[in-house]
Formats: sequence, structure tokens, C-alpha cells
Amino acid sequence: MSAAGGSSSHFAWVLRLADTNLVLAQRLGELIGHAPALEEDLGLANTALDLLGQARLLLTHAGQLEGKGRDEDALAFLREESEFLNATLVEQPNGDFGDTIVRQLLFDAWQVPLYERLTLSRDPGLAAIAAKGVKEARYHLRYSAGWVVRLGDGTAESRERVQGSLERLWPFTAELLQADDIDREMHAAGIGADLAAVRGDWERQVAATLAEATLERPRDRPWRWYGKRGEHGEHLGRLLAQMQVLQRTHPGASW
Amino acid sequence: MTTTRDWPLYEVFIRARGGLDHKHVGSIHAVDARMALEHARDVYTRRQEGISIWVVKSSEIVASDPTEADAFFEPARDKIYRHPTFYDIPDEVKTL
Repeated sequence: MSAAGGSSSHFAWVLRLADTNLVLAQRLGELIGHAPALEEDLGLANTALDLLGQARLLLTHAGQLEGKGRDEDALAFLREESEFLNATLVEQPNGDFGDTIVRQLLFDAWQVPLYERLTLSRDPGLAAIAAKGVKEARYHLRYSAGWVVRLGDGTAESRERVQGSLERLWPFTAELLQADDIDREMHAAGIGADLAAVRGDWERQVAATLAEATLERPRDRPWRWYGKRGEHGEHLGRLLAQMQVLQRTHPGASW
Repeated sequence: MTTTRDWPLYEVFIRARGGLDHKHVGSIHAVDARMALEHARDVYTRRQEGISIWVVKSSEIVASDPTEADAFFEPARDKIYRHPTFYDIPDEVKTL
């Protein structure tokens, strides 16, 4: 399969992965200089840069699949909010450190098993990106899981606050784990992954971390978010405004 | 509120590549050993500086006392015969 000339579903599916990485990288980037400790500042920045690197590869790949000459910059900086297909979880604000780290755990525990499966994708470009990314994702998971255990199994206040973060962010995980038509089409084509299997791994990882952290798994509730179809909440617009302002104000600007 | 100044200090040692010793590169704050390894990785190996990390609590290091430096180190100064200066080192030996 050549990179150019993919189906529109193929393009959209790769764009979902790219945008989810890009938006989370931008969110984590907001914390540079503001993390609770110098060491955490670097840790979160490293994660942000890993995700940004993956996003650039995925955006470039998506642009080639689309075949309309859009490069990574055109896709990142010159699309409207409704054209972004990131999962709703990653556009949630950083909140306190507990919110940031719980969002990261819920994301990392999804990305690792997803990338593990995508290394076998029939799209060789995607498989190569996943093979590179899975090593980075495994470290991110180690980092975020360690912090959730530390906060959950920490003081009464840290436990209460991180349980609150979990309750707030939990509803956004359903979107990551439930397949829609495009997810199913890409899985059937051997390009995407079986999200039901990803969900199994995710449940095991999250359950093990929450048990060690003495935290309770929130109940699953109905959800109405569909970031991966371009239907976003109130937060993405402001994030994109900040991320895109330079290219929008000075088109084509470079270093 | 606690700050990182209240967190224990760990010394960080990094092996740059196979066959070399771990070298002291600096220190970081962390609340436990797992976090210390992660902080050492995130702070000191961002540019491929290492393939192995040791961390040890600074408080666990027993150090010589600077005020005792004379008694500790002066006696070795005039014992030139302890230096193996009478050997030729082969060129092939790089990391002696």
C-alpha cells in the first residue's frame, strides 16, 4: 500500500491519532515553567515533546494519505476547531496536578495497547510510527501510573483530590475505547486496531494502578462527547487560538 | 504546602556507554526511589547521555571530612614510588 491516495476514512483515522497527540502535547506544553517542581517540569516537557514528535509524523502521514498537498504545518495551524478530530479527554484543562496526571494515566493506558497493535498495521507508515511511539508511551505510563499511586496512596487530602480528578475525567474515556463506524472500518481493513481488545488491556492496567493507589474505579456513565468526529466542548477553541495565532497572524512565518 | 526542598535529595550516577563506569552527574529531589530514577532520567538523559542510571540518597553517602584532609591525603603526596610510572601503556588500551 502506498502512502498517497488513502481512503477518506483512512485519512480521518490517522488524523484522530495525530490530533489527539497534538492537543495533549499543547496542553502539557502550557505547564512548562509552571509544574510543581523543576524535575516534574522537565518530565512533563519530555512527555509533551514525545507526543509532539509523534503528532508531526502522524500529521505528515495523514497529509500524504489525503493527497492534497497539505503538510504537517497546514494541518496543525490552518484547520478550524470542527476539523480537529482529537479525543475529548485530551482537550480538558490541566486543572491541578492531580487532574493533569490522571488525564495522562487514562491516556497512556490507552495509547500503549493501541500502539502495540498498530505495529502490525497494514499501513507501513503507521506501523513504523507506532513502533517508535510505543517505547515512549511505555515510559509515559510508568511515570503517570507512579504518580497516581503516590497521590492516591498518599495523604488523605491527596487521595481525596485525585479521586475527584478521576471522577471528573472518567466519562471522557468512553470515547477512546468504543469503536464507531470509522474505527470498525479501519480495524476490518487491517489498518486500525480492535478497540475492544485495547479496552481489555486498558481496563487491566487502570484497575491494577487504581488498586495500588487505593482509589475507586468510577462508574461508567452515559457520555455525549464526540471529539473524534469534530464535535468539541468549550475548551478546544481557546487552545487552538493560542496554538495557531502566530501562523494565522503571520502566514508562512518561520525561524 | 510542601515544596521540593522538603523532598529527599538523591545523587545521580550515569553510565554513558557499555564498559565505562557510572559517573556522578548531579542530584535531584524525589519522594521515593522510583521517582528518583524517573527524575534522573528526565533531567540528565534527555540528550542520550546514558544507558544506565544509579540513584542513591545523598544522606546515605558517607563522606570524608574536609577538616581532616591533611591527615587523610597529605601522607600520600611524597610517596612517588606508589605510582606505576615504569610501565609502557600499549596504544590499544583506551579506557585505562
